This record gives sequence, C-alpha cells and structure tokens, in this order.
Amino acid sequence: MSYSQTKATREKNIDSVGIMIGWTLRIGIAMSSIMVIFGLILFYAEGQSGYEANRYPTHIKDIIQGCFALKSYGVILTGLLLLMLTPVFRVGISIIAFLIEKDYLYAVITLIVFFILIISFYISRMA
Amino acid sequence: MSLLVIKLIFVAVFAGIFGSVLGLGGGTIITPILTLMLGVDINHAIGASLIAVIATSSGAAIAYINDGITNLRIGMFLEVATTIGAITGAFLAGLISSNVLYIIFGLFLLYSALAMLQKKKAEKYDQNRGKALANKMKLNGSYYDKNLEKEVSYHAVHVPAGFGVMYGAGVASGLLGIGSGGFKVMAMDLFMKLPLKVSSATSNFMMGVTAAASAGVYLLRGDIDPQISGPIAIGVLVGATIGTKIMQRMKSKTIRIIFVPVIAYIAIQMILEGLGWKW
Repeated sequence: MSYSQTKATREKNIDSVGIMIGWTLRIGIAMSSIMVIFGLILFYAEGQSGYEANRYPTHIKDIIQGCFALKSYGVILTGLLLLMLTPVFRVGISIIAFLIEKDYLYAVITLIVFFILIISFYISRMA
Repeated sequence: MSLLVIKLIFVAVFAGIFGSVLGLGGGTIITPILTLMLGVDINHAIGASLIAVIATSSGAAIAYINDGITNLRIGMFLEVATTIGAITGAFLAGLISSNVLYIIFGLFLLYSALAMLQKKKAEKYDQNRGKALANKMKLNGSYYDKNLEKEVSYHAVHVPAGFGVMYGAGVASGLLGIGSGGFKVMAMDLFMKLPLKVSSATSNFMMGVTAAASAGVYLLRGDIDPQISGPIAIGVLVGATIGTKIMQRMKSKTIRIIFVPVIAYIAIQMILEGLGWKW
C-alpha cells in the first residue's frame, strides 16, 4: 500500500465531529496551559502568591478576581478552572457537531449526557 | 522551593505517559507518589490526581481522535452509563458503608484482571452476536494500527453487559472517587471485545467528563492547591502527548502485559482500603 493510500484510509476515520471536538480540546488546553505557566512564572519571579501563606481562593468568583488582580495563585487557578471546564465544553460542542453531521441519534445521546452532567453539578453542590 | 516544581513536573510527565498508554488517566500513580515520596498532604494529592486525570484525558484525546483511535460514538454512548452511575454513586455514598463497596469493586476488578490475562490471545467469539444492536447504535469502526501497519476493523458485542459495567464504573467513581479507568477499559476490552488500543483511547476520552463532574467539589473543598496542581497539569499534558505517540507503536499484547498487573495492584489496594488498611 502506498503512503498516500494509507493516509487516505486513516483520514477516513475522522469525520467533522472528530475535527470539531479536536479543536475544542486544543483551544481549551492551549488557554489553560498558557495561564498555568504564566501564573507559575509570576509566582516564582515575584516569590509571592498574592494571598496569605498557605491560602488560596476556592470559589470561582474569588479565583477570577485574583486573576484580574494578577495574583499568581489566581492566574494558576484560572488556568486549572479552564482545564476542568474543557471536557464540559467538549460535550456541549459535540451536540452541535452531531447536529451538523445530521446524526440525530447521537445528538440526542450527547444531549442526555450533557443534562446528566448538569444534574451532577447541582448534586455535588448540595453535598 | 523551585526544586519541588521540577520534581512535580517530572512525576507528572511520567504519569501522563502511563495514563495515556493504559487508558487509566494517570491519577492512580499520582496520589501515592506525591504523598509517599514528596510528602504532599493527602487531600492536595487527591486534588492533583483529579487534575491529572482531566489533563491526560483532554491531552491524549487530541492525538487519539486525530489518528482515529478513539471511537467518539462508543465513548458518548457509554458516557450515558458512567454519568448516571456517578450520580447513583453520589446518592449511595451517604447510605452504604464504603468499606463493603471497596471490597466488592476490588474483587470484581481482580477477577477482571485475571480474565483479561486469558484474553492475551484473541479468543474465538461469535462475530455476529449483538451485531444488530452495535450497527443500530453505530458502535463499530476501524483504526490504523501503526504497529501492525494495517487497518483494524471492529464492532462491539455484548453491548448491554458493557453498558452495565460502565454504569458500575460510574458508581465506583461517584462513590470512591477516581480510579474507575480500569473498569472502563475492562468494559470495552473484556465485555464488548473492542481492540485494546481503542478501549484505552476511548476510556481516556471518557474519563475527563466523569472527573470534571466531581472537580467542582474538590475545588470548593480546597483540594486544588495551585502550587501542586499547576505543575502537575503542565507535566501531564506533556506526558500525555508523548504517551499517544508511544502507545500507537506498541504491540497490543505488550500493553496488556503492563495493564494486568497495574489493575491487580489497584484491585488489591481497593480491597485493603475496604478492610481498613491505610497505605
């Protein structure tokens, strides 16, 4: 089998759903790792976290405020927050991707997963 | 202090490679290494291992989707089972003693590890069994195996059984925290008879969603220490990228030989935890 043929069979495996999910993951990871690296450089360059010793924000609002105030821990945590949200965005984008592919069966399946995820967020907040 | 960053990144690169090759997410090895070798507080170590799972999942998925190893539809379909399972687990957590469950899940995992060992040679099975359901739900596909240098096509069998085990994997993750990657790979490899590489890549792909669902709790609890989790995230992303290159060139049999003892180790750890032992 020539190289071009091999490549053709390989490319056949990825549909537009795969491409869209792939780009969602790439953007999510690029943004989060830039933030985390920037935050770590800030932390070691300044030698301070922007917070009291052994303290860091645990609420989303405080984390984002810390990020805008360029507190190193706030920046790192914003990056980690983006990393945590990437799989959730991935599910959301998949719904749209399956709709574009006209794969309605999987658009519904993914929508179900999305709703269960949202329910589980609420349950974990109650707990 | 900056020495800790280097150590953390080093551990994380290793965990990322390990997790992306085996489909286990890499959380399993982060917790013991951080607590036992680097003296990190157990809660911060668990928070970091959750970050590691999410990072491995998304990082490895980029390459595995691009190369057509991950089966997106099988992943999505089974995510219904794992997410419902995770909610069940969260509800059960307050009702049942987790000790008993640790032992039950541990024994099941140990049994599966032994069964997987016997699957080393591709066994004969009824190719047509469950084919109708698999076709209807589009639970089939093919991938290019870089080790065999050929296209490998497959379709899922025993779909209800696989779905059931996935539900169990979700319950385990909701109840006992992370470490459900083993169950996911089992469900696809052992029950649904998918190729090991597809099982591993798809397990990795799914794991991020399950982990992200519980990430909020860990964050609010203060388990995500930026000084620990930050370097871990970066290292794991690098490791996962390297791991995807390695895995595709490995023999499935080699992956299986590494996988089985790792699963047996996790299983024994779960059983001991259930019996009240602390490692």
